[in-house]
Amino acid sequence: MNEKVWIAGGGVICGIGLDVPACIQSFRDMKPGMEAMQHLSSVHRSTFPVAEVKADNATLADMAGMPENISRTALLSMIAAREAWQSSGLGDISQYRVGFVSGNTVGGMDKTEDFFAEYLSDPRGGRLQNLLHHECGSITELVADSLGVRHHISTISTACSSGANALMYGSRLIRNNIVDVVIAGGTDALTRFTLNGFNTLMILDQQPCRPFDDTRTGLNLGEGAGYVVLVSDSLAARLQPWCRLSGFANANDAFHQTASSPDGTGNYLAMKGALDMSGLQPQQIGYINLHGTGTQNNDVSEGIAINRLFAPYFPAMSSTKSFTGHTLGASGGIEAVFSALAVKEGIIYPNARFEHQMKELPFAPVTAFSAGHDLQHVMSNSFGFGGNCSSLVFSRAS
Amino acid sequence: MQIYINGTGCISPQETAQGGPLLAAPREYEQVRLATVDPDYKQWIDVKQIRRMSRVVKMGVGAANLSLEAAGVTAPDAIITGTAYGCLDDTGVFLTKMVNQQEEMLTPTAFIQSTHNTVAGQIALLLGCNGYNNTFVHRGFSFENALLDAIMILKEGSAQHILAGGVDEITNHSHQLLSRFGLYKKTPVKTMELLNSPSRGTIAGEGAAFFTLGIAKQPGAVAELSGVSTLYKPLWEGEVIGHIMKFLEDNNCTPADIDLIVTGRNGDIDQDEIYEEVADALFPDHAEASFKHLCGEYPTAAAFGVWMANAIIAQQEVPEAAVFFGRTPEKIKKVLIYNHHQGTHHSLVLLTAC
Repeated sequence: MNEKVWIAGGGVICGIGLDVPACIQSFRDMKPGMEAMQHLSSVHRSTFPVAEVKADNATLADMAGMPENISRTALLSMIAAREAWQSSGLGDISQYRVGFVSGNTVGGMDKTEDFFAEYLSDPRGGRLQNLLHHECGSITELVADSLGVRHHISTISTACSSGANALMYGSRLIRNNIVDVVIAGGTDALTRFTLNGFNTLMILDQQPCRPFDDTRTGLNLGEGAGYVVLVSDSLAARLQPWCRLSGFANANDAFHQTASSPDGTGNYLAMKGALDMSGLQPQQIGYINLHGTGTQNNDVSEGIAINRLFAPYFPAMSSTKSFTGHTLGASGGIEAVFSALAVKEGIIYPNARFEHQMKELPFAPVTAFSAGHDLQHVMSNSFGFGGNCSSLVFSRAS
Repeated sequence: MQIYINGTGCISPQETAQGGPLLAAPREYEQVRLATVDPDYKQWIDVKQIRRMSRVVKMGVGAANLSLEAAGVTAPDAIITGTAYGCLDDTGVFLTKMVNQQEEMLTPTAFIQSTHNTVAGQIALLLGCNGYNNTFVHRGFSFENALLDAIMILKEGSAQHILAGGVDEITNHSHQLLSRFGLYKKTPVKTMELLNSPSRGTIAGEGAAFFTLGIAKQPGAVAELSGVSTLYKPLWEGEVIGHIMKFLEDNNCTPADIDLIVTGRNGDIDQDEIYEEVADALFPDHAEASFKHLCGEYPTAAAFGVWMANAIIAQQEVPEAAVFFGRTPEKIKKVLIYNHHQGTHHSLVLLTAC
């Protein structure tokens, strides 16, 4: 039951790169991924910058080895999940008891919203093929089937913390000896549904977002997928794992369906719980990958909760959403890969476009890329609608 | 470690929300779309809020509260839901307006309530529960994954009481669209004739069933949740049978120890075949109860099945409306619920009287 769970590899596709090395290069080069929409068709095309994956569905389908007409969410998922698996060095997937746990928020909505336009004008209209993979779980199964995963398949949807919760559940599956390996993370493609939804909440920035900056006015949406490969102690002994998933916690803010409480109750409880599970003191955390969406509400609540937990010793912190945009259900997975890699390579990621100190906070995010630090422990935060708050802690082997 | 079902709550197309003997007066339908019999939600939710809430949220909150009340628990340590479809009504509303209004002049309410974690989030909000909160959305495994997550967390010792459940709703859009996939009977069949109807297709259902699980037995507990297992896309019947044998073995029992099987037969001749195969191979003389003629088919219908199995253990008898085959033994100690959804998602839940 108290078996350790390790990170044996990771894969990412997002607005700053089609794989992990490309993403790291974008951080080094200070090249964020927000641009005018190229692939999503929306009337808001020229209003809101987004961090799209820089490839059309035909290219992604080719990379994924899947049909072009399936949801972009599944194509992104497949590409990142396969990179994760290959990086682990585990080899033939059929040799292990493997689980695939993937978070997403809107499943195959990119196809459903096309379908709906035809269906609303004629109830017998629209191609059913476009509706076939509407369900969140269906996206996971398309990828599981392509990867050859059958032992345990699950999908989690807790809004923006979905990917992080997938790591927790995956870790428990290993500790309970249900499987030996879990590919865990999340995926989400940009859709008009999400873009318009966030627009009604008036939290989309019309400029590139400025997380943890005093002048921030909202978030930019992104898309992508990110997965880690979690392995049991016994498998880790045969590999060269990146690091350990040493702690995690999930708490609910129980304040409002979409807004965070002013004192960041849920955020604090998630971070505190993750530290407690890992048996660490706050000052042992070397870097925090912030949730840092760039909205007024999130950054102040998250910041106040960090202040409460970490003062007076603040670790290096940054929001990689200043590069990738907010990838929603994928963000917890993508940022888990970045955080695990931070431990492995000693990387501290930059927070783009930070200029003005937030008056509520005594600390500021890091603005330049650097590597080679001695990072023993890294925290990753993911907070979402429904009050869902999750924190993960990654630790150096020892 | 034992995990007890300390309280249950169910809102379904049957009169399951008001207590009393199980299925004493079963509702008989002759339609392919069943709807929940709604309790008075005002007992749990403020009237102003009720108006804004979609049915799936109301039935989830209602069943959750019934289950907590039965267990005598006011503040669970964790809330875990399973829902395959999520909040279809609000999704449909937002999608329709977005299409019809060409992405202009939209309002946030439907979008906010469209996310799959709305039910779990609302329960947490109404209870003021800051604990662990998770939502599984994996088709015919959504509810089973929620139970498994709860079991793993209870075994870790980080929670005393966990509220776990399954919930799904039907909307006009969803029913129209799922009908186009050919899932339902072409002509309506009477409730008590559904499971023997000689045709393809089933009937659509909806509902919510929640369970307050704990590591300490409360006065209301009648059963332990002994085990949960899922099997994804079995290649043939033999794999299902093997999986069930292994599951029983893992739970230190054999088919002979099972007093009653509860199956997810839905009246579709193709889909029900596997239940016959399993019964013939492992449980040829066992009594069998069924539930989908009562609640309809939906991805989290197994939650109704588990709720019914728990109530059967409480009463120590199978109500006539639920009997599919055989005579139930005098003592009902172990009940195996075997369900599959669309032939691809098979699940097992084992309850043991306590």
